[in-house]
Amino acid sequence: MNAPVTPEQQAMLDRFVRQNKLFYSPDPAIMENHRIEARSEIEERLLSGPVDAHQVNEIRGLLTAALDESNTMIEQMGAAPGAKWGDMTTGIFTASGDLSMIAPYGVGGFAAAVFYPIKFVNKYWTDEPTVGVREGDGFIHNDARYGGIHNTDQSMMMPIFWKEKLVCWISATIHEGENGATEPGGMPAAAESKFDEGLKMSPFKVVEKFELKRDLVTFLQNSVRDPKLQLEDMKVRLHSCLRLRERVIKVLEEYGEEALITTLRKSIEDVVEEVKRRIRELPDGTMRTMSFADSTLRESALLKLNMAITVKGEKITVDMRGSSPELLNRSINACQGSFKTMLYSGWMQNVWPDLPFTMAVFTPFDFVFDEKSIINGSFDTPQAMSLIPLFKTMTIASIPMAKFNYGLPHRYTAMVAPQYDQPATLIYGGITQHGEFTGNFCADINGMGQGGRSHRDGEHSVSPPFAAHCDIGEIELMEEDLPLVRLGAFTLTKDRVGFGKQRSGMGYEQIHTFRGSAMWGYMTGCSGSLFPSSQPLFGGYASPTYPLCKIKNTNVFEQLEKNPEKVPFDIIKLMNEQPIEGATYSTHPMAMTFELAAPGEVYMMCQGAGGGYGDVLQRDPALVMKDLEEKLISDDTARDIYKVAYDPVSRLVDEAGTAKLRAAERKARMKRGVPYDKFVKTWNTPEPPVKLPYMGCWGDDVSQVYGVMLGQRVKMDGKALQSQFMLNPKDVQIAALQAEVAALKKVTARTVSKRKR
Amino acid sequence: MTTTAAYDEEGERDVKVLITENLRIDLETEKWECRSCDAPLIGARENYKRGLLVHNRDPREIHKPLLDPTKYELTYAPNPEWCRILEYYCPKCGSMVETEYLPPGHPPIRDIELDIDALKAQWKDRPELKEPPPDKDTRRRGAHGGQPAARMYTGDSK
Ligand SMILES: [Zn+2]
Repeated sequence: MNAPVTPEQQAMLDRFVRQNKLFYSPDPAIMENHRIEARSEIEERLLSGPVDAHQVNEIRGLLTAALDESNTMIEQMGAAPGAKWGDMTTGIFTASGDLSMIAPYGVGGFAAAVFYPIKFVNKYWTDEPTVGVREGDGFIHNDARYGGIHNTDQSMMMPIFWKEKLVCWISATIHEGENGATEPGGMPAAAESKFDEGLKMSPFKVVEKFELKRDLVTFLQNSVRDPKLQLEDMKVRLHSCLRLRERVIKVLEEYGEEALITTLRKSIEDVVEEVKRRIRELPDGTMRTMSFADSTLRESALLKLNMAITVKGEKITVDMRGSSPELLNRSINACQGSFKTMLYSGWMQNVWPDLPFTMAVFTPFDFVFDEKSIINGSFDTPQAMSLIPLFKTMTIASIPMAKFNYGLPHRYTAMVAPQYDQPATLIYGGITQHGEFTGNFCADINGMGQGGRSHRDGEHSVSPPFAAHCDIGEIELMEEDLPLVRLGAFTLTKDRVGFGKQRSGMGYEQIHTFRGSAMWGYMTGCSGSLFPSSQPLFGGYASPTYPLCKIKNTNVFEQLEKNPEKVPFDIIKLMNEQPIEGATYSTHPMAMTFELAAPGEVYMMCQGAGGGYGDVLQRDPALVMKDLEEKLISDDTARDIYKVAYDPVSRLVDEAGTAKLRAAERKARMKRGVPYDKFVKTWNTPEPPVKLPYMGCWGDDVSQVYGVMLGQRVKMDGKALQSQFMLNPKDVQIAALQAEVAALKKVTARTVSKRKR
Repeated sequence: MTTTAAYDEEGERDVKVLITENLRIDLETEKWECRSCDAPLIGARENYKRGLLVHNRDPREIHKPLLDPTKYELTYAPNPEWCRILEYYCPKCGSMVETEYLPPGHPPIRDIELDIDALKAQWKDRPELKEPPPDKDTRRRGAHGGQPAARMYTGDSK
């Protein structure tokens, strides 16, 4: 055995390893730690004595105003479509990189992901002689593997120094969209490796002496389809940070650095204490739920997100074991940092919306993952369309947390069924009517229906599940910039809510076409065409499933010119009546890799509804009549689902008749229902159906997980998941066609030989 | 509405704790109960589903096809080979206590598993709730957390 090393030798060894590091890949010590850091020396000194709470609150007010101002600057100046609808934020962090506060109307998830790259910069670039962290520097970042939601989001992070000491960090983040990926718009469903994802910026310095370094900006512009957008929004983020910095400097001048440091740290420590108190209020126990995505965006498959939340004392454990294994050649993986950020975003929308927005909320939380699962994806998996599991992540905790919270003496918000949880929008790309290359996505992503709530129905088309204030933008503005034409937009239609005692909000229809472009196309990256996306709460029903509908081989503008009255702007009528002669009508899963379209061809989809809340038979008949009046449901639904008796013309409810219908339905339920123990004997199967491409555990048992490898089902030990590898869907299709040809040839040969005889 | 529940002979409080829109637990009898008809269902330490009736529902009966199924494979209705709805009914009154969307044959999950002894300790001094507290719409004013958060920071909320 070697002699023990002396401290000097150890220091030399550490220095050598540090200086000869081959590659600064994402650091698990940073990426797997969601908790706030221990107090720094100065924080310890400042917070161990008495703290002037009123001064803290005063400074918080000033910082909030400053964050609001800098966020508004992005909204007013940003070029990215995302910036116009609210997909952005500014934030302020402690010197160690913990998120302390965000802009009042910012997207919290963005700031709750940026602490990871700031901690990376602190740890690796501060003492790196070729980089360093100095006054006037700014760092850029977009790769979710170093912290983030997905690679469309670009951040500017800036250190603030006072008396030559780092006192805090500030940041500005925008969902940019286009990032030079294999498909336009920044969210390539077709990415089969991380190298198809476009720009992959680990945190690096792009600003010195408060100026953008033009050589690096040019490199980034040269790497994306929209160089104008890249430059403009880098400037916007920089100047938003500079304004925020000015305001923070004012605070430093007026109150001194100790007051600022105290405020930033006290804010997050108070939140940790408050969260511990809230957890102690909850009953001890475990609540389980799951959510299914029905597509890898390249083929249909049933992928499970499995969740068990355990409360014990002042601790919450989120156990995600049993979820689908990762997919090596599909883009829908997410790393655990992204997963936690999005779980947190949904938590702040649905569970504790009254808490200050800081990731410190999760400090009392523990997480358990399987290695190589879809929400704990390894470094090499493509993650460009992580939104598929991540949107589900934002809503999945609504169900178990409603069960923990329902009986509390005091509620922090109403109980709410999951919001719709898929990015149901068109992503577009091509040459605009102004002759410019572009690629991005439509704002419909922000128009999802809310779930039913304990005190009232869900709101229609209200917001994305990560930020209640985001908007869906102006179609007219979009049509000025892009060749897109909306024949139908924001139309609410019948029988597409989640039914329940409190119904969900609905998602609206989108009917798209284009003109005036020589090259234009679309993709969609969305699951939920076979298995409903939004799960219900307390005995309600889910959202329906949604197809992508196309009308091809026609130009709708010619039809509109000739017979405008023959073209209804309604998906159901267009598809069922097929009014445009000679056109091809088809439905598809809402997952489509990029395809070029011809001018006047029509692509139609629907934003989704949330889950319904409670027993349909408990819905107030007057509300059912209101739904009819608002054309949200059909008479069939009012009668068959809600069991209301009424006059179809006057819509006057027959109270006695309704009571009778409902009593009869309750009786019918008791007649057809089978006692649970007897039911599971015939219902439960030891394995998923043979024909179902199933990914995840089967039942509650997380020790075995199913997956698919090159078209074959594999059963894995939950503790040792293997990455799944999928066949090329075109190869699968070719093989099927070849088999068909071979079978036909056999038949023909038999017929010929028969004839010869 | 809150009331203080009576103590029984052993000094245990006969408190019923609301767990969901449709279920509660009687801490004294240690039974799950239906909130619609007050019927006891099964022991509180058991999976409550065992006290209910189940029906395997074809999802197309609830989410009816909106597009013509003779023309299209996808119609806004879930695919019954991928998805079924398990409906859980109270055996005494037929209320829908829970719904579960599952692939065919997937064992139902045990969604609620409470530590009943901890629950008893927790409710020892809490006043019983016959109905959940009234819900309000949560509104943020000006800043994340707004005035309640400000009071939390200044200590004025305590
Ligand atoms: Zn009952």
